[in-house]
Amino acid sequence: MATEATTQDVHGHRSLQHHFENMEQQREAGTLGMWVFLVTEIMFFGGMFLAYTLYRSAYPASFASASNHLDITLGALNTGVLILSSFTMAMAVYFTQVGKRRPQVLCLVVTLLLGLTFLGVKAVEYYDKYEDHLIPGRLIPGNPFNPAVQAEGQPVDPHKLHLLPGATVKQVELFFWIYFAMTGMHALHMIIGAGLLTFLIIFSLKGRFDPEYHSPVEVIGLYWHFVDIVWIFLFPLLYLLGRHLEHG
Amino acid sequence: MRAIESFEVPAPPRVNYINAQYGLKSWLLTKDHKRIALLYLGSITFFFFIGGLYAMMIRLELLTPQGDLLQSTTYNKVFTQHGIIMIFFFLIPSIPATLGNFLIPMMIGAKDLAFPRINLLSWYIYLLGGVITIYALLAGGVDTGWTFYTPFSTTFSNSYVVATGLGIFINGFSSILTGLNFIVTIHTMRAPGMTWFRMPLFIWSHYATSLIFILGTPVIAITILLLAFERIAHVGIFDPALGGDPILFQHLFWFYSHPAVYIMVLPSMGVISELIANFSRKNIFGYSFVAFSSLAIAVFGFLVWGHHLFVTSQSVYAGMIFSFLSFAVAIPSAIKVFNWTATLYKSSISYDTPMLYALGFIGLFTVGGMTGLFLASLAVDVHLSDTYFVVAHFHYIMVGGALMGYLGGLHYWWPKISGRMYPEGWGRFSALVIFVGFNLTFLPQFIAGYLGMPRRYHAYPPEFQVFNVLSTAGASILGFGMLIPAIYFVWSMRYGKHAEANPWHLPGLEWRTQSPPPTENFEVTPIVTWDAYEFAPREETEVVGKFRPELERI
Repeated sequence: MATEATTQDVHGHRSLQHHFENMEQQREAGTLGMWVFLVTEIMFFGGMFLAYTLYRSAYPASFASASNHLDITLGALNTGVLILSSFTMAMAVYFTQVGKRRPQVLCLVVTLLLGLTFLGVKAVEYYDKYEDHLIPGRLIPGNPFNPAVQAEGQPVDPHKLHLLPGATVKQVELFFWIYFAMTGMHALHMIIGAGLLTFLIIFSLKGRFDPEYHSPVEVIGLYWHFVDIVWIFLFPLLYLLGRHLEHG
Repeated sequence: MRAIESFEVPAPPRVNYINAQYGLKSWLLTKDHKRIALLYLGSITFFFFIGGLYAMMIRLELLTPQGDLLQSTTYNKVFTQHGIIMIFFFLIPSIPATLGNFLIPMMIGAKDLAFPRINLLSWYIYLLGGVITIYALLAGGVDTGWTFYTPFSTTFSNSYVVATGLGIFINGFSSILTGLNFIVTIHTMRAPGMTWFRMPLFIWSHYATSLIFILGTPVIAITILLLAFERIAHVGIFDPALGGDPILFQHLFWFYSHPAVYIMVLPSMGVISELIANFSRKNIFGYSFVAFSSLAIAVFGFLVWGHHLFVTSQSVYAGMIFSFLSFAVAIPSAIKVFNWTATLYKSSISYDTPMLYALGFIGLFTVGGMTGLFLASLAVDVHLSDTYFVVAHFHYIMVGGALMGYLGGLHYWWPKISGRMYPEGWGRFSALVIFVGFNLTFLPQFIAGYLGMPRRYHAYPPEFQVFNVLSTAGASILGFGMLIPAIYFVWSMRYGKHAEANPWHLPGLEWRTQSPPPTENFEVTPIVTWDAYEFAPREETEVVGKFRPELERI
């Protein structure tokens, strides 16, 4: 036992868990674990993407109409915010690897703020949908799905649903359920990501990470990029359908 | 009193994972994979007996053609709950979470799984899912069948669908974490010299199982989540009133639930590969074929879900493709069966209890697999769909396959797990009772189903009674057979003969450490220089004579 302890002192890092042989093995396990987890996430979102694909091809007019009702400006803003946050996250990983603690903490804080900005903008969008009675089903008791429909020839009202030929309100409701399910699940992942970032910031301030031990930053960074990529798919699929039909 | 008295000097107990620490806390907060395996073993046994209780009620009701013991509504709940408990809370975690958890690190020469805390977390998640499901059962139960088909489950059922769904949803994360842990462990934690093709086949089959865990389980999670929202908030992704498609639910459900069958049977196949090679003391025939057939089953398993939808509105071309692929999945399964049989050929077989289970497995799995081909044929399936033929078929796979492997494995590694030997005579006896009871239960169901007896009814025309009486009689024998190991395993923990480190005299890494193993598994990290089933050369065996362990020590 005694000799084992001394060899650990010589070769072991204080963050090395007992069942790993060395830091390299521990880092490899952590990174692979996150990649495998992201595979499960792809399958999880995959179920919803499948439903989206089916109903989008079955009801193109309704999906285009409903998509046009989403706020493209806020959606585009959020896309920019997330891409930027991915950049700062990548820089945080880099600064951890080279052992520069101050820019590392700064990058993590900026990433967290950008993430929170995204969630704030998302909340504004959700509230708009609530105002326009676009929350599907009985998700919110007392506020059933009941949007005002734009009559033909009337001046354009952004709070009214403009139905393209062939679209029905029921199918628009289906779109909005898919919209809320997908963006809601995405937002949940963002909230979890924000929690993880807070944990990273606290531990960075304590100086727990160094060039030898940076896998938590790297692994949570992977998670953060994944959540961003999901949004990169969600934005065009949900926001950019049938714009050309509306304004073309 | 005599002057000379002989008495045993008790050897000082060696430190092992069981006696390293005492107290409830040391178990509930353990990060040792071996202790977590035992936590799982206890909890899945509990769920097994609950599921068995429901099975007993089903068989008692079906003893007579009239619906006299249970009302139709109660009967619906009983068979639903039998399925849910047995599938989600017994069969899916059974071998991976107990034997896999215990043995994967030991077989590859690691100190633990890659993520011990996640391993413990997965047990708590399993427990939470189990508690919620049990709550749903006690509160009033669920009557949708374990398949939760829409729109019955979303709109019409008046039972606890959401609570049960929540239990299964939560439980799914325990599977995901187990699979993730196994994959990372097998990739990164192998001891020096333990190359991929030196790994025991048990590891290969668990690797394949883990792939299904991580690729399939998230899909059932999102499906059940959407189902629950639809039921609570009437947001209909599966609701035709909104343009949704109820059949989409079946597609998503079976995308997980068909591969889930392979989650149940693949680990069992891994156990059988170990048992066949080790109890015939011969290198497995075609190691790499057996290894890759596991992966092939995992991959093909994801491409056959549509054969559950032959009698829905699925396109006939999709049906043809799914039918073809379902036939294709028989190929890797047959590779395994033929290779096991070829291993047995001209080998020195010892008929210990685990081997009896393994031989039973080969027969029962073959019957289960062959009848699966009946169901994969489009035209035949129209006749057989939703009959007792289907029930008999999947019980041959799940009980005759998965459960046989589980029991065989439990006997085989019991000396390592508990440090005690189980009583061999009782073991053989109960293996035979279980085999006879099982066949008596489910063989008649093939005939009843082929003659047209539908599943999921509490009453049936009197001409089917003879099959049902046979079946109920068999189920009683089966239930009795199950009780015997339950009793002697508990008995052996205290009174069983002490097991030595390698009671079967085998080359595997798990046998190269004391029984029960120390917390760290090995005193020094082993260096592997041998193949998985490298037995002593033939000349040595001929000098010793038969390959009985007690002879080998001479």
